[in-house]
Amino acid sequence: MVEATGGRDLRLEHVTKRFGTFAAVDDLSLTIPSGSFFALLGPSGCGKTTTLRMVAGLEEPTAGTIHIGTDDVTYAKPYKRPVNTVFQSYALFPHLDIFENVAFGLRRRGAKQIKQEVEKALELVELGGLAKRKPAQLSGGQQQRVALARAIVNRPAVLLLDEPLGALDLKLRRQMQIELKRIQTEVGLTFVHVTHDQEEAMTMADTIAVMNSGHIEQLGNPTQLYESPNTAYVANFLGQSNLIRATVVGTSGDDLLLDVHGSRLAAPVSRRASGDKELLIGVRPEKIHLGAPDEVVPDNHNVLRDGVVTDASFTGVSTQYLVRLPWDQEVMVFVQNLGVGGVLVPGTKVSLSWNPAHTFALDGSEDALAGVQLEEPVSVG
Amino acid sequence: MTVAQGIGVGERQVAGDQGEPSAPEVSRRGRRLTPYLLLLPGLGWLLLFFIVPIATLFSTSTQTRPPGSEIGVYVQTFRWANYVDSLSEYTTQFGRSFLYAFLATGLALAISYPLAYAIAFKSGRWRNLLLVLVIAPFFTSFLLRTIAWKQILADDAWVADGLRRLHLLSQSGHIINSPTAVVLGITYNFLPFMILPIYASLERVDPRFMEAAGDLYSNGITTFRKVTFPLSMPGVVAGTLLTFIPAAGDYVNSALLGNRNTTMVGNAIDSRFLRVVDYPTAAVLSVTLMAAILLLVGLYIRRSGTEELV
Repeated sequence: MVEATGGRDLRLEHVTKRFGTFAAVDDLSLTIPSGSFFALLGPSGCGKTTTLRMVAGLEEPTAGTIHIGTDDVTYAKPYKRPVNTVFQSYALFPHLDIFENVAFGLRRRGAKQIKQEVEKALELVELGGLAKRKPAQLSGGQQQRVALARAIVNRPAVLLLDEPLGALDLKLRRQMQIELKRIQTEVGLTFVHVTHDQEEAMTMADTIAVMNSGHIEQLGNPTQLYESPNTAYVANFLGQSNLIRATVVGTSGDDLLLDVHGSRLAAPVSRRASGDKELLIGVRPEKIHLGAPDEVVPDNHNVLRDGVVTDASFTGVSTQYLVRLPWDQEVMVFVQNLGVGGVLVPGTKVSLSWNPAHTFALDGSEDALAGVQLEEPVSVG
Repeated sequence: MTVAQGIGVGERQVAGDQGEPSAPEVSRRGRRLTPYLLLLPGLGWLLLFFIVPIATLFSTSTQTRPPGSEIGVYVQTFRWANYVDSLSEYTTQFGRSFLYAFLATGLALAISYPLAYAIAFKSGRWRNLLLVLVIAPFFTSFLLRTIAWKQILADDAWVADGLRRLHLLSQSGHIINSPTAVVLGITYNFLPFMILPIYASLERVDPRFMEAAGDLYSNGITTFRKVTFPLSMPGVVAGTLLTFIPAAGDYVNSALLGNRNTTMVGNAIDSRFLRVVDYPTAAVLSVTLMAAILLLVGLYIRRSGTEELV
């Protein structure tokens, strides 16, 4: 294969893209280290696809620069960039067979040993025997693999994936997520993956940038983003969060002491994202322990009493409860199915407790519902 | 296959209907007959107005005139030599027909492709207006438009005048009544039949294929050569056929814009059928023209290899 153009970071500096007066991407700066699997995550319309298209050269930034290594590619034509894209619709050429589709980029660059390279790429995506077929004769999953092979075979410095799994059904998508990760590790190329599916991003990426209305809301590895979101948007967009209004009343050692409707709670100072006195404290549903109303909890644990179960859905792996607190806020609790005790019926009185270390604290002026996904987002091209 | 599936579904639904045992029998037979009933009007039309006249034409081509009979009376004698006689007499006209049709098709393609491309990709909000302009000539009669070309190409009109001033035409030269005029007339008259299919094909080419080609190191020209043009081939094939076939059989342009040395097979058929009342010769020429076009078209479609894209 053509030698991997390794060691070249992708660097976006103050990139802005306006369509008319609408800023699809707003002063975005980002460095994607060479060899990483990077995900741009966000709902449709957040600017992630526009960002990707600017890196591919299919859109020109209104302002800012894009570098690959030391080369400024901001205004370079798409065919002059060491970048290849796996398109959401795959865009396999219908008049060419699979072999010629994969060989397309190599032929344009006058590469040697095209036959071996193409065969190797097809082996990598496990489609060795289908070289003579036309794209229309393949299933969606196979077409997806061809699109991947067609991009990888060129050994680009950056491989862009635009919602590449969006058109596949759930089971195939899970399988391809693992495949993609394996291939990325095997070829060692920089993958930039655009998706609206938070689970997909977390499964595959080393680093995720959560995007919201044209800017990056938070950047980090999946664990950081999930455990320590900086904003309500990230807390709600990645998984589910219970966000409760709280007032800082003091500190004790490494802990922040908080008042929540008369209950005394604690949160680590280190997980405080805002200096404000009024905070939104968050705890993930699976971190909460559901106990009897008067259950004795370990000394230092956070506890909220007088909850009433309002809804219980058994999903097999766990039971998802909604618990109403005295101030009429509903909190979600996931109880793992360990085979002890049954499912609590709505109306049961309960207490909620959790380890203070699992509490994060956000700025109190934030909208507690920012980034909540009411339904599966419809994927838009 | 779709029809068969439709019937299959119908049968399952009927089988589930236990309430009325006699009704399903009737509806099942009805459903089985439906496709044939739907085909009936079209088949009947084709039989009456296509198969029967073609058979008559074939039959006429080997008839002869009995000695001493009136003009226009012919009887079937299976004289296959009719073919040899007529074809040797009209070899020139055949050659000319195909040459003119070929030139006009090439010219029309050269004009239409860039135009269709511009309408499909570069016209923006003008697209519909441009498409209306393409078909606007159809609002006037074919004959009238060809007569208009007589004026345009006339010796004292601006085209000839301009060419003379540019010394591209000799002072005594003509455009009208020449092979050039005939080819130009044919080109003009069949232009929309070339533009529209090419436009339709190009319009269906997903711009993402072009983006993908660009992403895979193709510049504009290579993208066109390797992706856009091959994907528009169905339109090119359809357009060239829609131009070439009627052009090869055309006689109006030659009659109005040509001279005695531009006669095409169509003119020969016209005069044999309607003026000389020599039905067998006219039939021989018609049958041969049809066979020749079928053969050429068959070879062309096979060569262009677009069966799966159409």
